[in-house]
This record gives sequence, structure tokens and C-alpha cells, in this order.
Amino acid sequence: MTNELLPSGWAWYIAILTVLSLLACLWLLKSNSTRHEVKDQPELHGSNQWDGLHEYDNPLPKWWSNLFVITVVFAFGYLALFPGLAVLPGMLGWSTKELYRQEIATAKAETDPLFNAYLNQDVATVSQDKGALQIGGRLFQTYCVQCHGSDMRGSRGFPNLVDADWLYPSTPDGIKTTIMDGRVGGMPAFAQQWSGDQLKNVTQYVLSLSGRATSPSAAKLGEATFKQVCVACHGAEGKGNQAIGAPNLTDNVWLYGGSAATIEETLVKGRSGQMPAQKEILGEARVHLLAAYVYAKARESATDGAR
Amino acid sequence: MTAKNKVFANESYNYGVVYRFSIMTVVWGIIGMTVGVLIAAQLVWPELNVHEFLTYGRLRPLHTNAVVFAFGGCALFATSYYVVQRTCHVQLFAPKLAEFTFWGWQLVIVLAALTLPLGMTSGKEYAELEWPIDVLIAIVWVSYAVVFFGTLVKRRTSHIFVANWFFGAFILTVAILHIVNSAAIPVSLTKSYSAYAGVQDAMIQWWYGHNAVGFFLTAGFLGIMYYFVPKQAERPIYSYRLSVVHFWALIFTYMWAGPHHLHYTALPDWAQSLGMIFSLVLLAPSWGGMINGIMTLSGAWHKLRDDPILKFLVTSLSFYGMATFEGPMMSIKTVNALSHYTDWTVGHVHSGALGWVAFISIGAIYYMIPRLVGKEQMYSKKLIEIHFWIATLAIVLYIAAMWISGVMQGLMWRAVNPDGTLTYSFVESVKSSYPFWFIRFLGGALYLSSMFIMAYNVYMTVRSAKVSKPAVPMPVLAIA
Repeated sequence: MTNELLPSGWAWYIAILTVLSLLACLWLLKSNSTRHEVKDQPELHGSNQWDGLHEYDNPLPKWWSNLFVITVVFAFGYLALFPGLAVLPGMLGWSTKELYRQEIATAKAETDPLFNAYLNQDVATVSQDKGALQIGGRLFQTYCVQCHGSDMRGSRGFPNLVDADWLYPSTPDGIKTTIMDGRVGGMPAFAQQWSGDQLKNVTQYVLSLSGRATSPSAAKLGEATFKQVCVACHGAEGKGNQAIGAPNLTDNVWLYGGSAATIEETLVKGRSGQMPAQKEILGEARVHLLAAYVYAKARESATDGAR
Repeated sequence: MTAKNKVFANESYNYGVVYRFSIMTVVWGIIGMTVGVLIAAQLVWPELNVHEFLTYGRLRPLHTNAVVFAFGGCALFATSYYVVQRTCHVQLFAPKLAEFTFWGWQLVIVLAALTLPLGMTSGKEYAELEWPIDVLIAIVWVSYAVVFFGTLVKRRTSHIFVANWFFGAFILTVAILHIVNSAAIPVSLTKSYSAYAGVQDAMIQWWYGHNAVGFFLTAGFLGIMYYFVPKQAERPIYSYRLSVVHFWALIFTYMWAGPHHLHYTALPDWAQSLGMIFSLVLLAPSWGGMINGIMTLSGAWHKLRDDPILKFLVTSLSFYGMATFEGPMMSIKTVNALSHYTDWTVGHVHSGALGWVAFISIGAIYYMIPRLVGKEQMYSKKLIEIHFWIATLAIVLYIAAMWISGVMQGLMWRAVNPDGTLTYSFVESVKSSYPFWFIRFLGGALYLSSMFIMAYNVYMTVRSAKVSKPAVPMPVLAIA
């Protein structure tokens, strides 16, 4: 039996000690039991007196002794049937690993056909299916809410999924790829390369992209740097690039915050974000439904926005 | 008996240190419970997390440390020093060292109250304090052992009184638990890392954690029970045999019960099983203490009617019996699968803490305070009675709310739809818990308010009184 807890050789020591401890309980009980009954006038034990206190010598209550014996007998029975003595696996062959394996197998046998049926339809079609959306919503409430929130609106550093703004493609397949394989987003830090003025100027230029610059002259100076460096990911117009997850800087939607101070912090320190891959955890069938759910919600929010 | 009233004229009991610990029991009780009520309120109104020093995550360990080690610890020091002198018919050994244990322990508490809100923690539950404080605890504790066992050694009675068996086991075991579990590698004055890793660390942590319950919060308080219940009831202890069997069985089986805190974890199955079966075996030894306490009242039941101190002591035994039945049940793997990580555990702990530990301490303090200052009785018996009823109502509110919310949380977390998805998201179970968290807050606030009544009553009793110095009486043989 593999033993993760103890160095080898100690298992026998613990097992023997276990049995001896239980036997000691029985011996303790036996050696202090008497046959005599409770008398009307209980006798004092010995002639000791402590600060005026005495002890009676009443026998152990019968029901109590029996309770004690029953629990010890149960303990021996349990040790025979279940893993408990460190050197024996137990007669029933029970283990939590096996219990887990069985529960998962049962659950998969029951629910896999249901999920697999949806795999034959594409994500867009599934996103029209009311039953599928209910299941997808429940999956979302279990696995996605920790970061994206129960209202799907995310929080600082965690994208809002219902604001019609997308870092990566919002197509059915794009969403599914994001959930299946995860995404790693990285904004490099420029504290080393750029001077303080340069950082301030680029900040002003980025603000100007959403019409919020406070110093047009600084923004003008920042534009030169932007067009040299930032353009590689965010594009000449600052509209970003979904192929590499570079955010659109012109729509005034911000993942980390859009104040001058926060934008400068982003430039100074850089950012890194990670969407964890779900392929190995949930499997494709469940991801398929989740993608359909997110796609449906995204479509809904896009129409709401247009209205 | 001619020796009955004879005393050692030039030897008096050391009541000074007992008195100081008794007063601080009340003070730390109020402070620890205030923090408890505050964090209960933070669960209901999260906006009360006003500053990082006062967030739930930092105050929760402060609450547990304050009520267990400050309130409970001072009660244990006070009662054990009182009982060991009186039942050994001898003055406390090493009075200066005893005084050091008082100031040392207060320093530990103050340091805990400063460092925990500052975020300095080793992250081990009920052992959060960082290594310099752990070292101080070890020094104070070894001094405590020297004072206690030194007094036992120079006793004038032939046998050792049963209460002292329990106090002795508690002092010895807590020293071992604390030193082994707190072993750590310091990286700075305020940060250290556990000497153990992975599942071994978890196992040692809960070997410590459960025995902190078994020895600090049980054996020690059974010591209190064995002196103050027969004293207040003015009856001999029910059964010597029962005390022998349940003492050895209790300290023997508690040692194994820790793994029940780690059911369905990375701990090997066999170790989990040991935790479960020894917890079940522990039921009878635990109840042995309850039976011995309650049956001591045979022939004196009428005293319960108009003695509020006896009410505290006997009710505490009822809560002890209830909590020690509930505990083994919760240690059964399949029951634990429902109860673990829910409010049920919190309710279980508090029926033990508020009902058993605090009630027996409160009863003992009410017994000792007037005697320590040479008075006949407390300032107001009526106020003790009021304290008792408010506190009892408070416990009922607290534990009933936690039972309901705990079972509800357990059921919500495991509810599954036909498609295999969870029926409730976690936050839905949080939302459903709010009404019960409010009732728990009310229960806690009531209990705290009753402690203020106690503080007033104690103040009025000791006001302008001097600590008494009674001469040590000669031990006499029982009248057969």
C-alpha cells in the first residue's frame, strides 16, 4: 500500500499502536468495573479529603460502559472493513479515490449523451436553443463567475463580456477557442525605455484617442512615440488587433481603468492577463455550451447597445 | 475531628496571582467577544470592513486567539492556581515565577492584539502568532508547569485530587502541542515558515488543532468542573472509578482524533479513518465527565432552583454533553461530507465555547471572586441570575441559527441538476445565509451584553476590597 504520509517502516508501528490503544480502552474499562450495585447510601472512596471535598465510590453506570464497549467494537469492525490500519487496505476495498472515480463515471454516463448531442450542432445554432442556454448559464455560474462576475460584467483586469467590446474575436469559434485554449494577454512595460516626459506624452496621446486629452501639445509629442512603438499591436489608429488581443484604445472601454494615472501606470509597469484553458477541465462538450451561452449573451448586449 | 480548624499560622494561600488572572478573564472575555460580535456584523454588513487592519480576515484570528487563549487561558491560570493550592493544602510553589506567568501571558495577549491586525501571521489556524511570540508562549508555559507541578510535589495530601489530574494533563500536553506545531524556520523577526510541508503540515496542524480543543478547551475546563461543581453543590463527587476511567480514556483517545478535520483531502484514507473511529470512541469518555459532574448533584437538585452559580456550572455540563455528542457525529465521513466548511462547524464550536467553556469559567469566577477578596458572596445574586438567562438565550439563538444555515449551505452546495451542473452558485448560498448571520450577530451581541453585567457585578464586589490572605488549613481525613 502506498503511503504518502509516513516514512517507510512506520506504518506497522502506527497499526500496532492503533490496536493496542483500542484494547487499552477495553482493559481500562474492565479493570475498573465492579459487580456491586449502586447502594442507597454510596460509600466514600478511601479516606482522602481535599479542601473539604470527597469522592464517592459509585460503580460505572452500566449503560455508559456498554456505550463505550459498543464504540470500541465498532472501531474494530470498521478497521477490518475499511482502510484504517496503516498496513491493511480493508476487506471492502473502499477508497476515496475509487469513490471519486465511480461518482465521476456515473455522472459522465448520465450527462455526457446530453452534452454530446449539442456537439453535432455548431455554436451559433446551439446559441438559439433555450435548453442549451439554461445549461450554459448554469455552467457559467459555477466556473466563470469567480472572475467575470455573476452579471458577466467582469471587474478590473477581468473582461466585461456584455459590453460589446472584445479583446479577442467575438465570433462563435473565437469565443470557443478562448474558452478551450485560454488566452495570455501581455502589455510590455516601458519604464526602462522611455523618459518621464515620454510616458506623460504617450498617456496624453492615448487619452486623445477617446477625445479626453487635457494637453493637446503633449498629446502631439506623444503621437510620434505611439506611431513608432505602440502601433505594432494597437494599430495606426489605435483601434487594436483582435488577432493578438490588443485592446481598442478609441472606444473608451478600459480593462484596467482609463484615468491618466492608470494609463500611465499601464505604460510604466505593463500588464499581464490570463484566461485559463478549460479544455482539460471541462471537456469540449461543456465548453461548446458555454461558448454558445457567452455568444448569445454577447449578441443580446450588442443589440441592446445598437438600440 | 480535632484537626478540623487547625491552620498553618505562617503559611497563607497565594490569592494575588489568582485574583489578577480572574479579573483579566472578565476583561479579555469582553474584548474577545467584542471582536467576535464585530466580525459577525461584518458578515452581515461587509461595508464595516473599514480599514485593512480591521478586515474580517485579520480580526477573525484575533477573535479566536482572544477568546481561547486570553479569556479561556486566564480562566485556566486563575482556577488551576486556586485549586492546586487549596486541594494540596499548601502555598503556591515559586510565587515569583507565578507572577511572571501572569505578566508574560498578558504580554503574549497584547502582542497578539497588535500583530494580528497588522497582518503578521504564520497562517496556521489557532496558532497564527509569529515565532517570537511563540517562543514567549513556550517560556511562560514551561514556567506555568514548574509552578503547578512544583505545588503538586510539595502537597500535604497523600493523593492528588482529580481536578489536578486534568489540569496537569492539560499543561503537559499543551506544551508538547505548541512546541511541535509551532516549529518554524524564521526568515525575519515577523515572518517564518512552517518546518513541515504539504500533507504532513496539515496533519500536524490538525493534530495540534483538535488537541487544542481536547486539552486546552476540554481537559483544563474539566479540571475546573471537578473542583467547583462539588464545592458549589456541597456534595462529594459522584464516582472515583468513573473519574479514573474517563480521565485516561479521554487523554488517550483525543490524541488520535485530529484527522477528522481532513476528511476527503489529500490525507491518506487510513489516517482519515483513524480520526473518525477514535472520535466515535471518544463519545463515552467525554460523557463520563458530564455524568460525574451532573450526578454529583444527586440529593442537591433543589439547590439549582435558587443558586445561579450552580445554574452556570450545571448548564455548562449539559452543553458539554451536547457538543461532545455532536462532535463524534460530525466526524463520521458521510456526515462530515455535508457539514464540513459550513456554518454547522461554527455552531458546533460555539455550543462548546459559549455553552461549556465560558459557562464553567463564569461559574468558577463568580465562586472565586468574593472569596479572593474576603467577602461572603458576590455584590448581587440577582445580576448573576440575569446574566445566566441572557447568556443562555444568546447561545440558543447563536447555535440554532448556525445549525440551520450550516445544513442549508451543505445541501445547497451539493444540489445537482439532471444535467450534472450545480443547482446553486456559491453566491446564492451566501445570500441565503444572511438572515441566519443576522440572528447569530444578535445572539453574540446578547452574550456580550451579559458579560458587561458580569463586569459590573465583579467591580462592585471587589471595589475598595483587599486581596485576602487566608492561612493554609491542615488537611483532615474524611469522616468514614
